[in-house]
Amino acid sequence: MEATQLVYDGSFEGFLSAIFLVFERKLTNVTIYPEHNQPPELFATKEIVITETHKADRVWKGLRKKNAGKNVYQLYYAFLSEKRGVENLLLDCIKYIFESETPVFKNYSNPSVLKIAQIAKMVGREKHRMEAFVRFKLTTDGIYFANITPDFNVLPLISKHFEKRYADQRWIIYDLERNYGLHYNLEFVEDIQLTLPENFNTSITSTDFFTEEEVAFENLWKDYFNSVNIASRKNKKLHERHVPKRYWKYLSEKQ
Amino acid sequence: MSFERVQEKLKILADAAKYDVSCSSSGSKRNNKNKGLGNATGMGICHSYTEDGRCVSLLKILLTNHCIYDCAYCVTRKSNDIKRAAFKVQEVVDLTIQFYRRNYIEGLFLSSGIFKNADYTMERLVAVAKKLRNEENFNGYIHLKSIPGASDELMREAGLYADRLSVNIEIPSKSGLKKLAPDKNFDDFIQPMNKVKNEIIQYQSEKKIIKSTPIYAPAGQSTQMIIGASGESDFQIMQTSNHFYKKYHLKRVYYSGYVPISYDNRLPKIGSEVPMLRENRLYQTDWLMRFYGFHVNEILNTQHQHLDLDIDPKLSWALRNLHEFPIDINTADKRMLARIPGVGMQSVHKIIHARRYRKLNWEHLKKIGITLNRARYFITCHSQEFERRDLTAENIKGLILQKGKSKYQTTLSNQLSLFD
Ligand code: SF4
Repeated sequence: MEATQLVYDGSFEGFLSAIFLVFERKLTNVTIYPEHNQPPELFATKEIVITETHKADRVWKGLRKKNAGKNVYQLYYAFLSEKRGVENLLLDCIKYIFESETPVFKNYSNPSVLKIAQIAKMVGREKHRMEAFVRFKLTTDGIYFANITPDFNVLPLISKHFEKRYADQRWIIYDLERNYGLHYNLEFVEDIQLTLPENFNTSITSTDFFTEEEVAFENLWKDYFNSVNIASRKNKKLHERHVPKRYWKYLSEKQ
Repeated sequence: MSFERVQEKLKILADAAKYDVSCSSSGSKRNNKNKGLGNATGMGICHSYTEDGRCVSLLKILLTNHCIYDCAYCVTRKSNDIKRAAFKVQEVVDLTIQFYRRNYIEGLFLSSGIFKNADYTMERLVAVAKKLRNEENFNGYIHLKSIPGASDELMREAGLYADRLSVNIEIPSKSGLKKLAPDKNFDDFIQPMNKVKNEIIQYQSEKKIIKSTPIYAPAGQSTQMIIGASGESDFQIMQTSNHFYKKYHLKRVYYSGYVPISYDNRLPKIGSEVPMLRENRLYQTDWLMRFYGFHVNEILNTQHQHLDLDIDPKLSWALRNLHEFPIDINTADKRMLARIPGVGMQSVHKIIHARRYRKLNWEHLKKIGITLNRARYFITCHSQEFERRDLTAENIKGLILQKGKSKYQTTLSNQLSLFD
């Protein structure tokens, strides 16, 4: 059978729409790629997938029926890793799930299931790191602003956490890498795109953008951090295992 | 708020609070209400780590380091020549809110030296928590220290605002306490702990009947013991710990290796090493008691009063009980799986899941993530290969230590992963 290459728009719905197609047409020799990251087509027929919410929903509901509890989110987590080729791993996994009579989300002796679980775990870890390391700075227009450059696309995963926590202040968390952010406007969270000012340097708290108080609180926090250390217990290795160096940029106390 | 004054106080009062190792912010059930600030449900988050690898999750400070007592092991003791400071109630409230809004912290851990008397001090701690809850609509985490000797009435009120309450026993035996803190009375520690325990029980049973019953100290109580200051054996320490878990339903007991801070000759000299490895072994034992189904006496008893430092307590137990092994991975029950050295609780669950689909062999076990270097001497699986030699406990220990040298040398903190 001829090979098919499905190209979708990069969204999760788009991906699920592609999955729908695979099952509808019983495609076997098939690969799925996002628009922005396609391999050169060689001997495959390329087809653009149209994103259709109701189809995506049907796939998602079908998956939910197939398993116990929250395991289905593993697939979403893995998807957000944006790893090259993750779609095909997911496809493999989803086929296996639909074909099995019993729930198999936890059958780690299946290589695709294990791989997806591992990727989902990495994404989950990044989610937790961002929930921990986001540092808001109060801007002169009264918004608590934070920027991040996470390894994976975790904004959709951390949105709820911050919405529940900071329900009485306006805030923005901006992903500089993927150039979009979350904005909480005291009512709900929305996706936004910003054009940041030329001279906006995220690692310096300039009073051009941030309040005077902001600098003072950052200093208080730094002092606090330095005071809680117990020198005779120093353990550098352990320290770096908890906070790998690439995350230090978020933490004003380490600057 | 005057930043300079607060800055000065913060340095002194954070420094004095750092010897309390608890920084947990988990286990509460406080939801964000009325679009207020904060949320204390779920896991608790470490927002940073100190250079000694400890989690920074709470703003941990003393309200004041003035104290009328003279406990030998404490930097805040009356006779110590140090700078003293005291926060105003409002200053603590402001700092907490401002740090919280910036996502620096999960909440506040407020302790204090005892000034004037127990109630006077406790009253002020409660005032901070009350303000945060009632005036700031703050739903983040609050941990208050119960001041030994505080009245029942204040303790009852404290639990209405705090998520967790703790009284630090500090010295694991009555005789040790007598020696190092002669003007303190053991019963003064027990009284607030007991009151809070009873209130928790009462509120929980009322909540079952009347849904609107307020939550009372939802994250429970904890305590801390200093290790290596007063000569107790590991056996004594864990007996005490077990007693507190059972009798007062504590959520956590913390073990804190004594950091020498005094020239007092009743105590280890300044410059002596902090017993961090020992502290880690105690935490491992604590874990075995609480999550792995061990009874404390299986690990420590009159014959074995001290934990081995070179191997973890589970391995040590297994080596003393070789007659319980080998265990068949594919048929053993959960209780026995949890007793295999090199198998953590997560792996136990994974094994139980995975073996529903197929019989597990070494390759599967490796993928599941168990430490075969240790486990292999204690198990069989779906394979012709297994340890056939008739090895003694000494042999096995030698073989394991040879392979895992570096790992044991770096096991230096309670926050390292415990068994897997
Ligand atoms: S009462 Fe508390 S603060 Fe005061 S000296 Fe004793 S341990 Fe330290």
